[in-house]
Amino acid sequence: MTSSPAPMPGLTARDYKSEVKPVWCPGCGDYSVLLAITKALAELKLPPEKVSVISGIGCSSRMPAYMNSYGFHGVHGRAVALATGLKLSRPDLTVLVTGGDGDGFSIGGNHFLHACRRNVDLTYIVMDNRVYGMTKGQPSPTTEPDWDSALSPGGTGLRPFNPLVIALASGANFIARGFSGDSNGTARLIVEAIKTPGFSFVEILSPCITFRQDQRGWKKIVRPAPVDPTEDIGRAARRLMTDDGFNLGILYVGGREPYRLQLEGGEREPAELESQFVV
Amino acid sequence: MTNRITIESVVDLLAHAKAMETEALERYLDLAEQMEVHHNPEVAALFRKMARVEGLHVEKILEKAGDKTLPHIPPWEYQWLESESAEAITVEDAHYLMTPHHALTLALRAERRAFDFYSRVVATAAPGEVLELARELMEEEGEHVGLIEQWLAKVPEPDEDWAEDPDPPLLQE
Repeated sequence: MTSSPAPMPGLTARDYKSEVKPVWCPGCGDYSVLLAITKALAELKLPPEKVSVISGIGCSSRMPAYMNSYGFHGVHGRAVALATGLKLSRPDLTVLVTGGDGDGFSIGGNHFLHACRRNVDLTYIVMDNRVYGMTKGQPSPTTEPDWDSALSPGGTGLRPFNPLVIALASGANFIARGFSGDSNGTARLIVEAIKTPGFSFVEILSPCITFRQDQRGWKKIVRPAPVDPTEDIGRAARRLMTDDGFNLGILYVGGREPYRLQLEGGEREPAELESQFVV
Repeated sequence: MTNRITIESVVDLLAHAKAMETEALERYLDLAEQMEVHHNPEVAALFRKMARVEGLHVEKILEKAGDKTLPHIPPWEYQWLESESAEAITVEDAHYLMTPHHALTLALRAERRAFDFYSRVVATAAPGEVLELARELMEEEGEHVGLIEQWLAKVPEPDEDWAEDPDPPLLQE
């Protein structure tokens, strides 16, 4: 949790949305994730100017444009690195990172591992649709091995990446899974993720209704996890290793202290830092 | 999401009613925007019309509330019968080529969910103010269901190939 800014009592979820109209396909789960994020921010009463949303590239990475907070639509796979720099230099901000499975686990896979390890106080929201939607439906790291498509006839045959297990093994301090079809439940997960100090990872199953019509069936498969959140990393590991990918809720909450920048001589003004680079 | 509704005060019921109508209004506005972006002006206009109607319902609830202070309820603690707000159209059911018939079918489903919600409150509330208000709200939702059914009956059903796009925006090549 960041230092406490003055709460904004009168704001509703809609106040956190920008005037920009989303260009996602109608029916896309990302609309509901946007709704969940804005509901969470309204619930926390965070002033929009104290929130920054950082993203990479992909459909879900358009998120910052649709929000009435600060934001940065960065380069492919580098959102977590950007967000880490921002949070370390501006610890007063609530920094959210948003993106998809391809951006986060393939192009940005290495940043993901080390962000978990560093445990900087960020909330990383990955809208996982198990496909590269923006570039017309190539398999992503989380795609099932037998998913057959024009671009991957017969499927890739590759074992899918398990982001929750990787996050746990790498040191993430909070791990949860939500579903876009439950924006209220997902808002609760995001609230808890923001409130928990350190690196919080929230995977949100968000169907791609254009290239993964089969994901419309997720609504009938997802279910609340049958267990309470655990602080025991061993127990969490066993749960996540045997999880079928459709258990929703907070799955692990650790107690690691987040990494904070220790500046010699205390904090310095940006102008003072810039003066070192004047030619 | 709950199977058992325990709303024991008028202000709690009004808070649910306000949230339900407000979220329905906002969802219609979102859907209208989606249809505008995807060049479906006919359905966009229909969703905007529905949003205006829901706006009137919000005003009506606020009138009923008068000077009562409604409690703040976190989004996940409302006692809807399903995970989402009772009267809000599910975003996942939208399609860029949807027809007015599809839109009204979704609206009808949402109104029926609202009716079911109040019916459940009526079935579980003890005699008194909450029961009376719940019954009143249930009857209003029942009227809305009837109006949309009449509207839907006047709208042509979609062609079988309504979702076929000869030039799809996102075709795997």
